[in-house]
Amino acid sequence: MSRFEYAPAPESRAIVDIKSSYGLFINGQFTDATDGKPFKTISPASEEVLAEVSEAGPADVDKAVRAARKAFEKVWGPMSGKDRAKYLFRIARLIQERSRELAVLESLDNGKPIRESRDVDIPLVAAHFFYYAGWADKLEYAGVGDDPQPWGVAGQVIPWNFPMLMLAWKIAPALAAGNTVVLKPAETTPLTALAFAEICQQADLPPGVVNIVTGAGRTGQALVEHPDVDKVAFTGSTEVGRAIAKSVAGTHKAVTLELGGKAANIVFEDAPIDQTIEGIVNGIFFNQGHVCCAGSRLLVQESVYDEVLARLKRRMGTLRVGDPLDKNTDIGAINSAAQLAKIRELSQIGEDEGAERWSPECELPANGYWFPPTVFTGVSQAHRIAREEIFGPVLSVLTFRTPQEAVEKANNTPFGLSAGIWTDKGSRILWMANQLRAGVVWANTFNRFDPTSPFGGYKESGYGREGGRHGLEAYLAH
Amino acid sequence: MRKTYKLYVGGAFPRSESGRSYVVTDAKGKFLANASQASRKDARDAVVAARKAFGGWHARTAYNRGQVLYRIAEVMEGRHQQFSSEVAASEGLSISKARAVVDESIDRWVWYAGWADKLAQVVGSSNPVAGPYFDFSLPEATGVVAVLAPQDSSLLGLTSVIAPAIVSGNTVVAVSSYERPLPAITLGEVMATSDVPGGVVNILTGSASEVGPWLASHMDVNAIDLCGIVDPEEATELEIAAADNLKRVRRPAEEDWSADQGLSRLTQYLELKTVWHPIGV
Repeated sequence: MSRFEYAPAPESRAIVDIKSSYGLFINGQFTDATDGKPFKTISPASEEVLAEVSEAGPADVDKAVRAARKAFEKVWGPMSGKDRAKYLFRIARLIQERSRELAVLESLDNGKPIRESRDVDIPLVAAHFFYYAGWADKLEYAGVGDDPQPWGVAGQVIPWNFPMLMLAWKIAPALAAGNTVVLKPAETTPLTALAFAEICQQADLPPGVVNIVTGAGRTGQALVEHPDVDKVAFTGSTEVGRAIAKSVAGTHKAVTLELGGKAANIVFEDAPIDQTIEGIVNGIFFNQGHVCCAGSRLLVQESVYDEVLARLKRRMGTLRVGDPLDKNTDIGAINSAAQLAKIRELSQIGEDEGAERWSPECELPANGYWFPPTVFTGVSQAHRIAREEIFGPVLSVLTFRTPQEAVEKANNTPFGLSAGIWTDKGSRILWMANQLRAGVVWANTFNRFDPTSPFGGYKESGYGREGGRHGLEAYLAH
Repeated sequence: MRKTYKLYVGGAFPRSESGRSYVVTDAKGKFLANASQASRKDARDAVVAARKAFGGWHARTAYNRGQVLYRIAEVMEGRHQQFSSEVAASEGLSISKARAVVDESIDRWVWYAGWADKLAQVVGSSNPVAGPYFDFSLPEATGVVAVLAPQDSSLLGLTSVIAPAIVSGNTVVAVSSYERPLPAITLGEVMATSDVPGGVVNILTGSASEVGPWLASHMDVNAIDLCGIVDPEEATELEIAAADNLKRVRRPAEEDWSADQGLSRLTQYLELKTVWHPIGV
């Protein structure tokens, strides 16, 4: 099949001013780390070094937590909700003002297409700050009693798939509820968090209310285990979530965990076919499949299997993989060499276990980390590619005959984050939504997010919700 | 006539699979009964029963679950005398104080009964998203909840930890107070005769310290209430074991069982499901 050729339409990098090195953001200032080795953050699309970033050691984390504690006790805690709200509104406005810059920076550091960072991530980031800003002076209406109290210092650890959006999910409700925060962005994607630190300065946010400590697992562990952290919020792998749940055992710390998933995207024979194909593609190839709620298990009713597969493959053939800053790009770079290796390994296992692998013909750039959109057919429930989270653009297809069988297959996983249903029959949608053991169910759509809408998982996908009133509740003691 | 006390698992009254029993005395040390001492196998059987019952119980209408909880209160009322004498003996209370505790326990079942069909309205929401979608969130039961019941409050405490778990559709495996198991056993008998489907509530008598680790590490238990664990180190161990399948954990805390209960025990064992659908013509 021939492909449309597009002229390159790259977004300019000129709007972003990346410093050669960054310190930690503690108590309102960028400061040097005392005991960690600096590390480099690169563009996964080109392997170009973007900047050198400090690694926060335990002493730095301690300094950040102290700053947060002091700010909580002296400034942010006693401040009226009305005044806290104004800071959050101001931050939301600053994010809007700098949205193009943030989108370019996010695409550079993360590898995601500019189309997504510009149209999805950053607008949602601003929307989260707007939404929670309005809660700051209405906490007594949040449904947790008439005198809800913040926990105190929140230690937050976020992943690399949506660096800025996860920051907003964590920081906006925490601050609205009156907590102060120490946030650790992922080691491969620290730059937008550091840009956010600047935004805090521009907003005149009191020093210590937001602190950003960069580093890898060791830094995160020091933060989570710090005895003066009252509330731990983590988004990432189930494995690390489990370790965090163990490390906070026996402490007073409140915990919310947003962990992995292996969502079933269920297609019935009466599904609106064009929308469904778009939904399947969006479900697994959005953000290179680096989405914990990605629709990575496609369950297709047998009667429409051939048609769905043929159309899906045809659609996959039109996906453009390449430069994240090109506005035509659908699929950007895999975030890191390590993640690429994991995707390759699991895909190889898929082949070895007997599933059939298919990718459209697709020229990948010579430098950087790339993986073509891939679909596996002939997958059984026992295959590892049907059970484990791949976190990449890899779709496993299974079939079913009856709604009951679809439910059983969909629920046959230790995860329970999300699910998709495609059918024209309203009563079946509601019946299915009722049966599925998942925190988010998208019917005739997929991967929708909104600050007003709670998000979070059942079972081993973690506990607690983010977004909406329920996301605020996670930051209030009651 | 002396009564024989047994476990309550899956709607039946087995003796412990281990054949073990232990001596239960009153608050002054006088012999009351031999109670079954639940083993690891009993705990596993109880989890199997609770899992089996979950689908049906969780699928019942909220109205129906509320009716069943209210029925528990009605049946307890009929056994008021028996509960009062067991609570009095177990906790060393005067009979009039024990009666008051039983009244409070019955009231608590009634209070929770009324929550069944209100939770979704109070805890759920319709979410005003910025797009052409209808988006709503509803609470739903977590699954199988293991409860290590309070050691001190043999009936009111036990009621206060079981009722909020089952009213939303969870099923429960409860380990009673070790030294004060008799009101728990009688509560099991009430369950069996008050429209509660077998397996929804399973009551094990015995040591929470002995059985607790098996429940905490059991991969088919979704949540655990550690309130019956007195030793903080032991509670920490159980919390660590519970992390293996990311159980929802309720840590032990000082609790006043006669105080207003609030919502936290109800919401502790709920998941929130958010459903999106496009709006259009």
